[in-house]
Amino acid sequence: MSAAESQRLPAPAGLLIDRSRRIGFNFEGRRYEGFAGDTIASALIANGHWLLARSFKYRRPRSVLTMAGQDGNTLVQIGAEPNALADRHPIAEGLMVHGQNYDGSLEHDRGAWIEMFGRFMPVGFYYKAFFKPKGSWKYWEKFIRARAGLGKVDLHAHHDYFDKEYLFADVVVIGGGPAGMAAAIEAAKAGGEVILIDENPQLGGSLLYARFDQEGARAAAVTRELTAAVAAAKNIRVMTDTTCTGWFADNWLALISGSRLYKVRAKAVVQAAGSIEQPAVFRNNDVPGVMLGSAAQRLIRFYGIRPGKRAMVMASNADGYAVALDLADAGVEVGGVVDINPQPPQSPLVEAVLRRGISIMPGHAITEALHSLGKKHVVGAHIERMTGEGTTDGKAARYECDLICMSVGYTPAAQTLYHAGAKFRYDHASNMYRLEALPAHAFAAGSANGAYDLDAVLAEGRHAGWAAAKDSGGNAGTEPPKPARDQGANGQTHPWPVFPHPKGKDFVDFDEDLTSKDLKNGIADGYDNPELLKRYSTIGMGPSQGRHSAVANVRFVARQTGRDLAAMAVTTQRPPYRPEKFGHLAGRIFDPARRTAMHHRHIEAGARMMVAGTWYRPAYYGTKDQRDQSIREEVLAVRNNVGLIDVSTLGGLDVRGPDAAEFLNRMYTFTYTKLEIGRSRYVLMTDQSGAVVDDGVACRFQDEHFYVTATTGGVDAVYRTMLFWNAQWRLNVDIANVTAAYAGVNIAGPRAREVLEKVCQGTDLSPTAFPYLGVREAVVAGIPARLLRVGFVGELGYEIHVPASQGEALWDALMEAGRDAGIRPFGVEAQRCLRLEKGHIIIGQDTDGLTTPFEADMPWAVAKKKPFYVGGRSVAIQNARPLSRKLVGFEITDKSVPVPEECHLVVRGGQLTGRVTSAVMSPTVDRIIGLAYVAPDQSEPGQTFDIRIDGGRMIQGTVVRLPHYDPDGKRQEM
Amino acid sequence: MKIINCPLNGPRNALEFVCAGEVRTMPDPARCSDHEWADYTFLENNTAGLVKEWWCHVPSSYWFIAERNTVTDEITRTYPAGELFRERVEFAAAGEGEKK
Repeated sequence: MSAAESQRLPAPAGLLIDRSRRIGFNFEGRRYEGFAGDTIASALIANGHWLLARSFKYRRPRSVLTMAGQDGNTLVQIGAEPNALADRHPIAEGLMVHGQNYDGSLEHDRGAWIEMFGRFMPVGFYYKAFFKPKGSWKYWEKFIRARAGLGKVDLHAHHDYFDKEYLFADVVVIGGGPAGMAAAIEAAKAGGEVILIDENPQLGGSLLYARFDQEGARAAAVTRELTAAVAAAKNIRVMTDTTCTGWFADNWLALISGSRLYKVRAKAVVQAAGSIEQPAVFRNNDVPGVMLGSAAQRLIRFYGIRPGKRAMVMASNADGYAVALDLADAGVEVGGVVDINPQPPQSPLVEAVLRRGISIMPGHAITEALHSLGKKHVVGAHIERMTGEGTTDGKAARYECDLICMSVGYTPAAQTLYHAGAKFRYDHASNMYRLEALPAHAFAAGSANGAYDLDAVLAEGRHAGWAAAKDSGGNAGTEPPKPARDQGANGQTHPWPVFPHPKGKDFVDFDEDLTSKDLKNGIADGYDNPELLKRYSTIGMGPSQGRHSAVANVRFVARQTGRDLAAMAVTTQRPPYRPEKFGHLAGRIFDPARRTAMHHRHIEAGARMMVAGTWYRPAYYGTKDQRDQSIREEVLAVRNNVGLIDVSTLGGLDVRGPDAAEFLNRMYTFTYTKLEIGRSRYVLMTDQSGAVVDDGVACRFQDEHFYVTATTGGVDAVYRTMLFWNAQWRLNVDIANVTAAYAGVNIAGPRAREVLEKVCQGTDLSPTAFPYLGVREAVVAGIPARLLRVGFVGELGYEIHVPASQGEALWDALMEAGRDAGIRPFGVEAQRCLRLEKGHIIIGQDTDGLTTPFEADMPWAVAKKKPFYVGGRSVAIQNARPLSRKLVGFEITDKSVPVPEECHLVVRGGQLTGRVTSAVMSPTVDRIIGLAYVAPDQSEPGQTFDIRIDGGRMIQGTVVRLPHYDPDGKRQEM
Repeated sequence: MKIINCPLNGPRNALEFVCAGEVRTMPDPARCSDHEWADYTFLENNTAGLVKEWWCHVPSSYWFIAERNTVTDEITRTYPAGELFRERVEFAAAGEGEKK
C-alpha cells in the first residue's frame, strides 16, 4: 500500500516538503518513505502511522498534539540520541528511529497494564507509598528506577562536533511571525544591525499555517510583502531553525541552531515569539487523533497531510471556525463545531462555516474521546449539553470521527520574557496572562503581548521595532502609530475549558499523565499554591515544561481555593526554553596553552611535557618507559656535575618606588627594609586568615627596585592581591607583572660556576664576590641578565633571567658552554626530588588552604616585630594556640615497601592524624624520603608513624630532621 | 551575562571581573580584640540593598569600586578606588601612636 499518497493532499499544500525528493527512514524496525522537508511525525502520519510514543506513567499511546515541538508526546529515540522531537526533527535517509517508554514493542507494550492500577497511584504516590515498612524502598527502588527517565542513554555514543559563536546586534527580534518581521523591518530602517530569529525553517509564524479570513488569502499576501521587505533590508540577518533558549542580564541571549550555540549581545530585544495554543480537558483527550486546531492546520499547510476523514472541532474562539474551514478545504468531513460558549463568536468565519453546511453546536462540549482497541486512535466523541462552566447534562450523544481538534485558547509564549524579568498579570477580560511590565531595553509585540487581530499585530510589530531601534541609539524616524490596548485578545481564550469526567483520564498534563482529579486531590492534600502543587504533583515538570499546564495549574488552584487569578502568578519560568544538549554548553573549549621561549629545545631533547597551570614544562627528558631511570640520572647529574632547568614559568614581579621595601614588608611575612642591594631574601605570603598562599624570593637590585619571584600557578593571584592592597594603602610604588617578559633557567650543580664563567666573563662569579643569596645584573652570552644565587635544589646554582625573546639563545649558549662538562637538562620531576632532599616545600603541594607558617614549620620566616603584614594578626592569634598538626620530614629505610603517594593518610589508632604531601625514592640518599603532616606529639625526630597506602596496607615512616641532604648547606654556598 | 562598566576599560562582560566583597574598614590589627579581627576576617555583612564592593577587571588587574544593589543586582555606579582611598595608610605597631 502506498499509504503516503492516501494521506497526502495535492500540491500546493505542503509548504515545507519537496515532493520531488523521496527519503526513506526506519521507525520501530519498519521502513517508511517521506518527502524532503518532512519531520519524522509528518512522514509517519502521511503513511497512516500515528503512534509515536507512549506516555511516561500510564504508557498510553500518544501522537502529535501541537506539531510544533511544544509537547512531550512526540519524544523519540534517534540512534544514540534520546528525546528528539518527532514533530520537529527532519527525516533523513536511513535514519533509525524508535519510540520511547515501552517494553516489548511500541504497538504492544507489555507494560501498558500499569494504567489499570492508575487508581492505586494517586497524586503524590511516591511520597505516600514505599516508605513503610522501613526498608521497603530498597525493594521497590529497582522497579521504579527501571521505569523512570525518558529514552535510553548510549554510554558508547560517538562524540558530535559542537561549537560556539559570538554575535553582536543593535536589535534582536525573537520570532519571525508577522509581528517579528514587521519589527525587524522597522528596526532596520534606523540603520543598525538587526538579527531576526525563528525556530522554524521559514519566516512567517502563524501566517504560514493559520487562517485569517474567509477566503484564506490574506496570510499569503502579507507573508509575501513582509518576507520581501526583510530580504531587501541588507542589515537584517535572518536566522531560521534557531531557538532563543535563554534571555539573560543585559540582553545576553543564548541562541541554538544545529550544533552551534550563539552567544548574542543585543542593545535592544523585541520578543515576538507568539503564543501557545492550549488544550481542553476531557476524558481521553490524549488519544492519537486528538490535537490542537493549530496542529491540524500545520499538518495540512506545512506537510500537505489530511489529518483525518471526519473531524469534530471543539471551539471557543473564531480560530476554531477557521480550523473547520481549513479541514473542509482539505477534504475532511467536519461533523460539527462544538462551541463551549453559549453563542458562537461574532465573526465572518462563523458565517462561512454555516454556508459550508457545517453544523454548529453552541453551549455543547466534547466530554470524552472514544477510541479504538488499545487506545490507538480516536473513533468518536461524546458530546453533551453544557449546564454551566465545566459542567454538562450527562446525556452523551455519540458522534463518529477520527479527528478531534481543540481551539479553546492561548497563552503567551512568554518564557524568554520571564527570563528577562518581565512581569505578567492575569487579565479577566481576555482570560490570559498579559504583559504588564518590561525591563529596560526589552520590547514585546504580537500575541506574546496580547495582540491577536492581524492589523494590530503588524502595528505592534512596527512600533516595537521602531522603539527598539531608538532605544539602541539608532537613527529611528517618526514614530509609527501606537497600537491600542485591545487588539483582539478578548474572546480568544476560554476561562475554563475543563470537563472533568467521572471515569477520569481527563489529562491536564500529558507529560506526567496528570488528570483533573490528581490536581484536585493535590490541592486538597494541602498543596494549595501553584509552586507547591507543581512540586507535589509534578505538573509542568515534564518535557513540555508547563507550556500546556502552567496556566491550568493556576486555574485549578484559584478555583478550588476561591482566590483571584489576578493575584496569582504562574510557576517560575527558567531557562532554557528548549532543552540544550551538553554538547552545546561544552562546545569547543579554548584552553590557553603557554609555552616558554625554550619549548622547542625541550621537544628536540625528547622531553615529556607536563601541564603546570596554563604552562607546558618538561617533566623529564626521555621516553616514557625510561621515566624513572631518566629522572634518576637527571638528579644525579645535578648532584655530581651540572644540570640546566627551564624556570621561565616562575612568576616575576618588578616592584619599584620609594615605598618598595615598605610595600614588601606589608605583603610578606619577612622584613625587607634592611635588605642590602645585591642580596635576596625568601618571601612567604599569607592571606588574611594567616594561611600560606605563595612564596619566592625578593631580590634588591636598587634601593627602590625589587624583583620578586612567585610560584608558577600563584603569580597572577599574587599580583592581583598586591594591587588590591595598594589600591587602599596608596603607597608610592609601582608593581608590574613581568612573568611573561622574562625567560629563565637555573644552572645547578658543582660545576655550574665553571660552565657559567665561560659565557659571563664580565662578572666576578667567585664565592666572595658573588656569594650565596646574592643577586647581580650581568651579561650572559651577550644577553642582559638578572643573576640570582638560589638554593632550591641544594647545589651551587644560578638562576638566570633574560628577556623572553632571548630565552632560546641563552639555553643554547649554556648547553654549548656546558658540553665539555657534560651538562644535562633536567625537568620538573627531578627538581621535585632535589628540593625534597633539601626539605624545601612547594606551596600548594605541601600546604593546603589552611596551612599556617607554624604548621609548615617556618617560624624563621615570620617577622615578629613588624607593625603589620597581611595575615599578620591572624598568624599571631594562631601562634598563641597549640598546633593541631605539623609538617615534618620523614624517611622509610625499608627497601621492600612502595613509595607512598600524595594524600596517603597518616593514621594512629584508627584516627586520622595527617597525610603525606610529598614522597620520593631519593637516588641521592638511597631511601624513601618525604614530607607529611602529623600530630604535634608525633613530630619529634625519631618518632614513627603509620601511613595507610593503597590497598589499606600500613607502612611505617620515621620523622627525621630536615634536610635529608647536606644539612649545613655547604654545597649550595660553594 | 551582565555587563559591568569598568572605569578603566569601559563596559565589559561580567566574566572578565572578579568581586572581592564589600568595602570594609579594617580594624586596627594592633589593638582590636581577637573577636573583632575574626569578625573582620571571616564574616560578611551580606547587606540587602546598595553596597560598595571591590571589583577587579582581571585581564588588566584593575581594581575599582562598584555600587551594587544586592537585591536587584543593579550596578548603579563604578569609580576608581582612589575616590574612596585618598590618603596613604600607615600601620602602627602595638603600643605606638594611632593609625592615621
